[in-house]
Amino acid sequence: MSNGGSDMTAPQATPLVEMQNIKIAFGGVHAVDNVSLDLRAGEVVGLVGGNGAGKSTLMRALSGAHPPDSGQIVIDGQPATISNPREAKAFGIETIYQTLALADNVDAAANMFLGRELTTRLGSLDDSAMESATRKVMGRLNPNFKNFKTAVMSLSGGQRQSVAIARAVHFNARILIMDEPTAALGPAETEQVRSLIRQLKSEGIGIFLISHDIHDVYDLSDRIAVMYHGRIVGTVKKDEVTTDEVLAMIIMGKPLEKVTSEEIAQLHG
Amino acid sequence: MVTEASPARAVPGGSPNRSLRSVLSLLEVDTRLLGMVGALAIIWIGFNVMSGGNFITTRNLWNLSVQSSSIAIMATGMVLIIVSRNIDLSVGSLLGFLGYTMAMVQAVWIPKNLGLGFDQPYTWVIALAVGVGVGALIGALQGFIVAYGRVPAFIVTLGGFLIWRGLIFWYAKGQTIAPMDKNFFLLGGGPTGSAGEWPSWIIGILACVAIVYLTIASRRRRRRYGFPVRPTWALATVMGAACAAVLGAVWVANNYFWPSALATQYAQAHGIAEPPGGLQIPVGIAFPVLIMIGVAVVMTVIATRRRFGRYVYAIGGNPEAAELGGINVRLMIMRTYVLIGILVAISAAVQTARLNGAVTNLGVQNELDVISAAVIGGTSFTGGIGTIPGAVLGAVVMQSLRSGMVLLNVDSPTQDIVVGVVLVAAVGLDALLRRRSTR
Repeated sequence: MSNGGSDMTAPQATPLVEMQNIKIAFGGVHAVDNVSLDLRAGEVVGLVGGNGAGKSTLMRALSGAHPPDSGQIVIDGQPATISNPREAKAFGIETIYQTLALADNVDAAANMFLGRELTTRLGSLDDSAMESATRKVMGRLNPNFKNFKTAVMSLSGGQRQSVAIARAVHFNARILIMDEPTAALGPAETEQVRSLIRQLKSEGIGIFLISHDIHDVYDLSDRIAVMYHGRIVGTVKKDEVTTDEVLAMIIMGKPLEKVTSEEIAQLHG
Repeated sequence: MVTEASPARAVPGGSPNRSLRSVLSLLEVDTRLLGMVGALAIIWIGFNVMSGGNFITTRNLWNLSVQSSSIAIMATGMVLIIVSRNIDLSVGSLLGFLGYTMAMVQAVWIPKNLGLGFDQPYTWVIALAVGVGVGALIGALQGFIVAYGRVPAFIVTLGGFLIWRGLIFWYAKGQTIAPMDKNFFLLGGGPTGSAGEWPSWIIGILACVAIVYLTIASRRRRRRYGFPVRPTWALATVMGAACAAVLGAVWVANNYFWPSALATQYAQAHGIAEPPGGLQIPVGIAFPVLIMIGVAVVMTVIATRRRFGRYVYAIGGNPEAAELGGINVRLMIMRTYVLIGILVAISAAVQTARLNGAVTNLGVQNELDVISAAVIGGTSFTGGIGTIPGAVLGAVVMQSLRSGMVLLNVDSPTQDIVVGVVLVAAVGLDALLRRRSTR
């Protein structure tokens, strides 16, 4: 998880990720329409927008789950081809999916190492080593987690979410995509995730954060990108906007400059 | 950093009034499997009582072991297929086709077409290798169409069910091919196709050594990581029970003796004077049973200790999660079909050897027996759930019902009705228990 600390990231450094002119269509519908977005090391970029705005689809392009129809992904200044999740992981891109993407019938360790199992010299699964690593990560993320031997289907929503988070942070991610990471969590667990995000950020990891909770995003992000009908209507610095202005952008689908103060007033009407 | 990662060294022995449930959880035995063993015991005792003591005899149990092995071999592969949310309806027809192929190799192609004659020492190896190779190829073809062609497995293997059966008639023209090569014949079991007394004991003792070694090694590994381990008494109980079961099975096999006619023949051939009451030659464990045990061990390792097995279970649990985890889902699905193709070939060898010939209805309805065995053994059609030992036990349960009813002179349609009822009841009960345990 350590990535050299905070001293390595000057603000002018090459972006970790640049997504350029990404397009993804389903049938005739442009789910993501010519979107460009970048992310720097140690930065949290919030991605907000209504249902179907294209946030998750855009992130799925970066995580390799759904390669874009056109456009380019540049990582560390180098054009990168990401055509499946394995290739994304090779670039240090880890994803916490909204659906969690857990295999419900196997235990926490098996899920954490899914696709990246530790094996012995003879190529057998080294379950003890995997369980040990899982216990360590969980000790940090969710000390109440005790059910290491049960299938994750019998765990609570919060515990399942911790497994998904543990999987994303265990493998030295440089770029973390978090799609609604606190959706299933209670207040205490949500606070844990928030402090985790701050900690990962301080370690120099770049984070894309998708959330319905505008306050969550506002608190944690450095920049906020607002999507509307597959397009980015504006990317704003958190320090330069109010939550109401972001909300107005989400609802009206307009860039900040075009949002009038009357429209913001109407939000509370 | 919280020091959560170092739990207690060992689970304490517990209070004297432990409940059954807590004892079972300390033993770490699969309760579902234990339930099946219990059900099997009830079936055996029930048939034994109803048949006036004719069921639990060394002879019947030995026969039961041989009859179960062919279905059990295929059921271990069917588990992985069903676990990954697919199905294979073609195994019965494929078994017939591969049985014929192997029969043709040893009875027609090698001796006649190549002019090498019958009963060569290498004949059985070549026949088996051809069968396994063709089985793997056909499995790969069906698996490829399922995985990469995205045709539902039900349809692909339903097609296979018709095609492979049809091909038998194509190249055998309805004829029976018999007899088999004399070495190949031994694969089918029977008094000569068995390990005999001392080899059986040695195999049993080696199995016990392996059980003890593996159990202790796994405990050591857990200790080294500081994980909780079972108390010593639980460990000893489990190892003791497993070894007792192994040695008990060997004892049964060694207390079934050659039929007297065959023993007399043997005595005359070897110039041994027959004692009064005939020569008592212990049969020992039959070769098909040894093959089945070997297959079950290998398949258990594949299912639980290898990446491939882990992926198959993960795919069954959540195909999307497996894909997002970077697993090559389609290749894994295709491999499950290659595997079952190989297992069907092995079963085909056992069945043709046992019949000492290939007949056109070889393997008819086997797909249903294999699927039933897997399902009675706890494999779930919802995917992701099922074990190899469960499927083997399922095959034994099915065969016990069949042979018990034969012993009681129950006619074949009634047998089908009973097996059908048991199948549905077993799965219904399993679903009920599963729902309870997850809530």
